[in-house]
Amino acid sequence: MKSKWLMAGAVGVVALAFIVGVAIYRDRSAQQAVTAVQSSSEALVRAHAPVFGNPLAPVTIVEFFDPSCETCRAFHPVVKSIVNASFGQVRLVLRYAPLHAGSDRAVQILEAARMQGKYWSALEKALADQPRWAAHGNPQPELIWESIADIGLDMARARADAGSPAIADALKQDIADMRALKVRATPGFFVNGRPLTEFGDVQLRALVAEEVAKVRKP
Amino acid sequence: MSKESPRIVALDAATAVFLAWFVALVATAGALFLGEVMGRTPCLLCWYQRIAMFPLVLVLGVGVFDADARSARYGLPLAWAGVGLALYHCLLYWGVVSEAASPCRQGVSCADADLQVAGVVPIPLMSLLAFATILVLLSWNRMKGVRS
Repeated sequence: MKSKWLMAGAVGVVALAFIVGVAIYRDRSAQQAVTAVQSSSEALVRAHAPVFGNPLAPVTIVEFFDPSCETCRAFHPVVKSIVNASFGQVRLVLRYAPLHAGSDRAVQILEAARMQGKYWSALEKALADQPRWAAHGNPQPELIWESIADIGLDMARARADAGSPAIADALKQDIADMRALKVRATPGFFVNGRPLTEFGDVQLRALVAEEVAKVRKP
Repeated sequence: MSKESPRIVALDAATAVFLAWFVALVATAGALFLGEVMGRTPCLLCWYQRIAMFPLVLVLGVGVFDADARSARYGLPLAWAGVGLALYHCLLYWGVVSEAASPCRQGVSCADADLQVAGVVPIPLMSLLAFATILVLLSWNRMKGVRS
């Protein structure tokens, strides 16, 4: 009998230690995320990054984004609806965090579409077909060309643009900024420089709402 | 074991199994913390060691719960497998064995210097210590010649 109580006690102690550990770790990483932004705030928004919504909006969502990432795909409608429902108060700045194999190529193709002013429709198409071209272990980003064939691009020009050094440089800058800001997973969100420390759409909406409220009450 | 042999610790079989179970419990919680909370992706060898460690909690747990000394016997193969894998992983980590000859070619490197807790203790070494401790504890009653 004694051993059963000991067992229960041991499980309780280990479970408690685990829960306390989780709380301490979460707190510490949230702190680190805040310090990372403070020490490199210039890394958040760069002139080359695509912007969705009112460019002069007082609230900026910076999203570190990977075209191959399933969660980014799932979050894209959420982020867009936040921007669209904000009456010009919120804009989205997309930065790239190509953490998957093949993502860099996907970024090149999307950026080539941006050079012809078709970025957001190309992104929609690419995300819709993501399961087809971004299979883990077998990424085939070249299939994105098929996905975006019907949005009215000059395909020959886009294919040539995709390899341009400007895109490569922008991507390099994004990766450097991702490291500086300690973004380790995608999507990584910052709202007016505040990192989203606890991940979730409810949490993101709440953080945006806080920042919008700050702007309204000067 | 002869009666004259010096007994360093007076430990009965049931307590030994209980302690082995507890070590497995802590190791499992630690592995889950590293993987799920800290977001460190386990490498291939880490997975094999997890496969040996996680069931020990359940097998030995049932043994402790039902005061079944035979559970030590059932835990031993898992402990041996774990010791072997962890030892190999340590050798890989310290560079005694080269990674080229290892099964880790894709994903997270098994010889990565990042495999440390608090930047000091290598995870494979902690695994080896845990499995070795469990192995000794589970072998305790056999070493004393007590069989059930």
